[in-house]
Amino acid sequence: MGDSDDNDHKLNEAPPTTISRRDLIKGVIAGGVTVSSASYLFRATSLLGQSGQSTGERLLTINVNGQLRRADVMRQETLAWTLRHKLGLTGTKLGCDRAECGSCTVLINDIPHYACSVLTHMVRDRKVLTIEGLASPEGKLHPVQQGVIDEQGFQCAFCMPGFIMASVGFLKTNPNPTRGELAFGVSGNLCRCQDYDKILTALMRGAENMRRASNV
Amino acid sequence: MSEESVKKESQPAKAPERVYGVGHKLIGKDYPTPDLYAKVTGLAKYAEDYHADGMLFCKLLLSPLPHARVKHIDTRAALAMPGVKAILMADELPPPADSLTDNGTVIKANLKSERALTMEPLYQGEPILAVAAVDELTAAEAIEQIRIDFEPLPFVIDPLETLRPGGPNPRLEGNIWVQAPAPSAAPGAPPPNPPPPTIGELKWTKEDFANAKEGQLPMGKVPGEWSYGDLDPGFKNAALVLDETFVTPDTSHQTLETRTAMAYWQNGKVHVFTGTQSTAQTVPAIARWLNIDPSNVVLISEYTGGGFGSKITGGVTLVIPALLSKKVNAPVMMRISREEETFIGRARPSLMGRMKVGFSKEGRVIALDMFVISNNGPYDANGDVPSSGRIVSLLYQCEAMRWRGATILTNTPPRSAQSSPGGMQGIAIMEPIIAKAARKLGLDQVAIRRINCPEGKAPVGPVMKSDGKRPHATSAFLKEALDRGAEQFKWNERVARTPKRSGTKVRGVGVSLSCYVGGSIGFDGLLVITPEGRVRFQSGIGNLGTEAVMDVHRAGAEVLGVPWEKCDITWGDTAKNFPYTCVSGGSQTTHAMTRAAYATAMDAKKKLQEIAAKSLGGKPENYEVANERVFRKGGGAGMTLGQAAAKAIQLGGVYDGHEPSADLNKLTKASMAALAGQGLIAAAKDNYPRDGQTYSYVASFAEVEVDVETGKYYIVDFLAYADVGSVIHPRALGGQVLGRSVLGMGHTLGQKWVYDPHYGAMLSTRFYQNKPPTILDVPVNMQWAALDIPDPETPVGARGVGEPPVGGGCASILNALSDALGDEIFRRAPVNADTILTSLEAGRPMQHPLMAHI
Repeated sequence: MGDSDDNDHKLNEAPPTTISRRDLIKGVIAGGVTVSSASYLFRATSLLGQSGQSTGERLLTINVNGQLRRADVMRQETLAWTLRHKLGLTGTKLGCDRAECGSCTVLINDIPHYACSVLTHMVRDRKVLTIEGLASPEGKLHPVQQGVIDEQGFQCAFCMPGFIMASVGFLKTNPNPTRGELAFGVSGNLCRCQDYDKILTALMRGAENMRRASNV
Repeated sequence: MSEESVKKESQPAKAPERVYGVGHKLIGKDYPTPDLYAKVTGLAKYAEDYHADGMLFCKLLLSPLPHARVKHIDTRAALAMPGVKAILMADELPPPADSLTDNGTVIKANLKSERALTMEPLYQGEPILAVAAVDELTAAEAIEQIRIDFEPLPFVIDPLETLRPGGPNPRLEGNIWVQAPAPSAAPGAPPPNPPPPTIGELKWTKEDFANAKEGQLPMGKVPGEWSYGDLDPGFKNAALVLDETFVTPDTSHQTLETRTAMAYWQNGKVHVFTGTQSTAQTVPAIARWLNIDPSNVVLISEYTGGGFGSKITGGVTLVIPALLSKKVNAPVMMRISREEETFIGRARPSLMGRMKVGFSKEGRVIALDMFVISNNGPYDANGDVPSSGRIVSLLYQCEAMRWRGATILTNTPPRSAQSSPGGMQGIAIMEPIIAKAARKLGLDQVAIRRINCPEGKAPVGPVMKSDGKRPHATSAFLKEALDRGAEQFKWNERVARTPKRSGTKVRGVGVSLSCYVGGSIGFDGLLVITPEGRVRFQSGIGNLGTEAVMDVHRAGAEVLGVPWEKCDITWGDTAKNFPYTCVSGGSQTTHAMTRAAYATAMDAKKKLQEIAAKSLGGKPENYEVANERVFRKGGGAGMTLGQAAAKAIQLGGVYDGHEPSADLNKLTKASMAALAGQGLIAAAKDNYPRDGQTYSYVASFAEVEVDVETGKYYIVDFLAYADVGSVIHPRALGGQVLGRSVLGMGHTLGQKWVYDPHYGAMLSTRFYQNKPPTILDVPVNMQWAALDIPDPETPVGARGVGEPPVGGGCASILNALSDALGDEIFRRAPVNADTILTSLEAGRPMQHPLMAHI
């Protein structure tokens, strides 16, 4: 993600403007949680009321898909978990939970990020866009979504939300890519159906749809 | 973006746009599948996206050792933790259930087969127990609080090591499965099934190992053998005899969605939410694993995040949340992490193969002596070893052939079918030998494949005991695919292009034949024509991404002449009543279920004609069905489909589903009973004849560019030309042809397991250590085409496609690499940069030829 991490972001300070993997780990350590060998660990809110337990949750407000959403969030909680299990936005998928597959890609201030590797408390004051927020409120699909439908892009589609969000982010700054450039733009996303050729065709169609929409 | 980091844009010759499905309205045409809107908007629900009130989470305790006995477990501290609700152990699993075949015979459960939990783990990562708690962190912390004493037992991760004299056994009883023959039938009774296989021991002699030269696979005694023809004259008369050893990698399925499952019980029925390749057929599997009646199982699986053979009927571990849910009377979600998936998520077994092949001077394979062993993991024997022999015999039409093989157990994760099980490995072992023979004999690579490839009703495998003949394929038009592919790929131009080397870059071209099974028969279809005039197809096929769940019903709609906009498909929830449907494995769905869809539409047509005759007079054959109506031929009286459906409800009996035809499966009859009265209900069994076994074929072409200074290589161009019968849905077919080709390429490009042999511990547990190809590993413009020649042995003409491209994807790259670099670089896959660099420098293959998991 090419971000600088030249200063420590303490929890009570203003959230950082960019997030790197190193920031994430530092954020977790600052949250007082030991990195465990067991993977995929999340604390539900249901322990509240049980004696002797402190989940360290706090009520946060985050801007998701243009709405201000409030959630009780643990200090070490990832954005992917908050989206999926606190806000009901299950379109953001977890394929590896370790920044390897890109299934959880969302846009944070228009930049694609792996939501499995971003702490929720680090996105306060920023705009998070997920696959659910891409179509217009009236239900008109985003040009990239329409491109996928036009070309029957993707097979099982578990990776699809991540690919679409990565493409939308890439196309914001590269509206007229070649196939090779767009492939590079989504190369942080893994498709195990390996349907890459049709995916690329569908995303190129999406790019074309976007250009056409912005010309009218 | 630097110059180097951007993918090279090659400009392959673009083939003219093919028009498929000539003469059809729906078959062979593209359309947006009805599941696509939910997919692009993030509303599609996969197993982990479900939530139920009061849902608990569970975590697994996995064995740290490759083989051990659990001596003692102390769970007191864990159970005392707030938020911990229950622990499930192996002794709480129901006993394995016997299964009943459709003809009423019992298949006894194998007590030595895999179960969801165990007290004698047979591989590192095998689940021992599960903890349910209010959240995952609590469950994981509880796992840490469990005291567990193991008695380590001998283990082995390399099949050749357990075959050595005195070598360790992976299981206490031995290292292979032994199948006793079935007892003879009582007079007048159906033949009984053979007893479950037992575990035996196979050891080779010192001499067996000493007889193999450096780099050759030793060939000791093996349990599997068949042959046809006479090998000796073939080898004697051969212009060239090659004796080559090749090793293929163990490759995890790595579905992007892990085998997560959620379950709860309601009114005595278990509701299971999980990913599966097959919807209807997963119900009996769950019932067997839980030892309950199938009528008490409801499966919800609307979307599945990939299968590739690892989720044919889901995964046995799904019983863990189901049993925990019963124990604590609350829904339980078991999310499987990527590391856990590496252990319990299945993989393709490595095959070690040695082939002695005799070629005529024209390149014809006149004698083939094939010897293969597989690294099977500790549980049930996979079919890769026998299927590799069958596929090789079909694909190269060897005049005389012997096949020998053994499936060897090891303490590594359980394998399962992976796209083209055995076929992919057999092709990967055979193709480099064909390529080498062509170079030695001075033959063109396409030409040598053309004279060996199957044609028409080509024979396959050994002589059958039943009729004393070799079975044959339903059809094969692979020669035509090879010719058209060579033309489209401009094979001759590419071969003639000079110089091959420019600076540090060397180009190479490769071609491969490929095939695999492509269809089964005998399943049922079920549809409802509603009084609103809509046609609702009940689809028991899994939604694993191939779109067969939707596509096959286009054949039914085509027969009925109903516009697709008037069709609905019900799928993904077994409470919604599905017919007896094939599993989506073995590339059988498109073939099997287009046949069933066709039969069902014909049944609907017949019922419509009868209803029209009853309502409007005349004979049924005086009526035809088209344009959403049934009407008198040549004009005159008629009724809409909606009116006919209303009439069907009035008539009842056979017309509205109250009287199913006798030959339907009991599952179909139960579904019909539930739907009866909703409209005109049509259901039929596929009783169409078929002469031969169904296979599909692909000719694969690749060009690579290797940098001999870095060892890195790119696939510059790729074309797969498919012979898969009639095309049903071109875009879905293209996704399958190229997607599965790339799955095959992964075996060449770098996917493998790496083990610490001292501890029997896997080191390649994550994507970054065992990476499937990414979008940057494949050409920016890949090409595919299909012959679109109907298979003569099926009414719709369509065959399956999932698996046939895989071997060609792998082997065309291997062959392109040896074209660029010569025959002395690799003798196993994958071929990595270090293989290329070290072998080029030494002038001979430098990787250990046989050691597993390097």
